[in-house]
Amino acid sequence: MIESRRALTRRDFLRLGAVAGPASLVAACGWDGGPAIEPGLRSFSRLNDWVGENILQSRNRLAKQYPISARTRMEDFPSYSISYNRTGAFPSPPDPASWVLNVGGLVRKPLRLTRRDIEALPSVTYTVKHHCVEGWTAVATWTGVPVSTVMAMTQPTDAARYIRFDSFDDDYSNGWDLKSAVHPQTILAYGYNDRPLMMNHGAPLRLYSPIKLGYKLTKYLTGMTFTRERPGGYWEDQGYPWLGGI
Amino acid sequence: MTSASEPLVPASIEPRPFVKRHAGVVRLTHWLNAIFLVGMVASGLQIYNAYTHFGIRGNLLPVPNPLDGRPVPEWARLGGWLAGGLNWHFFLAWPFVITGLVYIGFLLASGEWRSLIFRPRDIPAAAQMQLYYLHLRKEHPAQGKHNALQKAAYTFIVVLGVISVLSGFAVYKPIQLSWLTAAFGGYELARYWHFVAVWLFIGFTLVHVALVFLVDPGSFRAIITGWYRGRFPSHD
Repeated sequence: MIESRRALTRRDFLRLGAVAGPASLVAACGWDGGPAIEPGLRSFSRLNDWVGENILQSRNRLAKQYPISARTRMEDFPSYSISYNRTGAFPSPPDPASWVLNVGGLVRKPLRLTRRDIEALPSVTYTVKHHCVEGWTAVATWTGVPVSTVMAMTQPTDAARYIRFDSFDDDYSNGWDLKSAVHPQTILAYGYNDRPLMMNHGAPLRLYSPIKLGYKLTKYLTGMTFTRERPGGYWEDQGYPWLGGI
Repeated sequence: MTSASEPLVPASIEPRPFVKRHAGVVRLTHWLNAIFLVGMVASGLQIYNAYTHFGIRGNLLPVPNPLDGRPVPEWARLGGWLAGGLNWHFFLAWPFVITGLVYIGFLLASGEWRSLIFRPRDIPAAAQMQLYYLHLRKEHPAQGKHNALQKAAYTFIVVLGVISVLSGFAVYKPIQLSWLTAAFGGYELARYWHFVAVWLFIGFTLVHVALVFLVDPGSFRAIITGWYRGRFPSHD
């Protein structure tokens, strides 16, 4: 009886190996899925985007606001840009004096807004938590104009379904769904912790919203283009989830 | 003390006939879930690797974490980089949850949950089992399909699965599901509990596999083929 049990155990071990072998091989390789599976994982990510946008995301639920005392010290709030990672210098617009935000695409009234134009519009200020896709958080105060205000001024056509936000930080850009863009806390920010937005956080103008992960919040804005097709984005095109909603 | 020549199973116990111990649904979901769990843990560690602390920047949580500030070894990660880890994690989460729900649904529908769930009345028997494992009690306590410690473990692992899924959603959508995130003590703590769940899963699995081969090797055949011929009853 002991003999038969030993034989059984050995055979069963082999069966277990047949299951565990490939699984541990995959785990051992740090495998992103390879050319065969990685595109499938990305497509699947679009299903999660759909669920996130259409089922989990409320149109009006506001992110919690924090007291000013909860702010993260500025030196503890990380900042990066694509240009900085490449050259060690934060990007600046080719001609800072003539910087404008171009609002166009599928709109009835294209606009060119100077920073002064934007600061003259009714503003929003809130102190919220920033969520990075890496897993860290930080609290800061942001001041700016709701994207919905600029949208109302440019009057997008019915065909417009997305917005592409472009920047002068190399080729950094992000695509946004309209539902997230018109959220009352989604703003074009020019103020950080009660002072003018600084170079390392995306001056002169950046997108901010507490309902998205940090990589969706385009810094160093140059344009806002309404589109029919879903625009990609710098990190999104490399495989990060497109929606980035939290 | 037992001598090395003594068989594991006391000679007084006659070999029993094969009995059907696990339904197909249980065996299938058990093994699928084992694979998905390995993938979830490995891709989760890939994600953790992007930021190996807990708390708000400049205001970290005073929680124990032996891995604080340390990179996770490459062999334990799945995804290659953060985006790869995220895409694996958010894909595997679906079959992981679905097999979990099928398993729980089967237990409820079949009534099998009765032989698995740990109740307060099982506490004295669990203490006796613990004494046996600590060699402070000679005889294996009488039991039904599962002993009281097994019931505790199998109830715990279902609860752990539920907690890991809920804390996962709390980290995934801290604004849209802010009530859930708040229930875990906020985003940073939810992320911590999600991480603690990993080590409890790993600890459970190690003990689970060790006890199968040390105490009841016949149960390994049973979870694969469904048929069991070992030292314990297959019903309560």
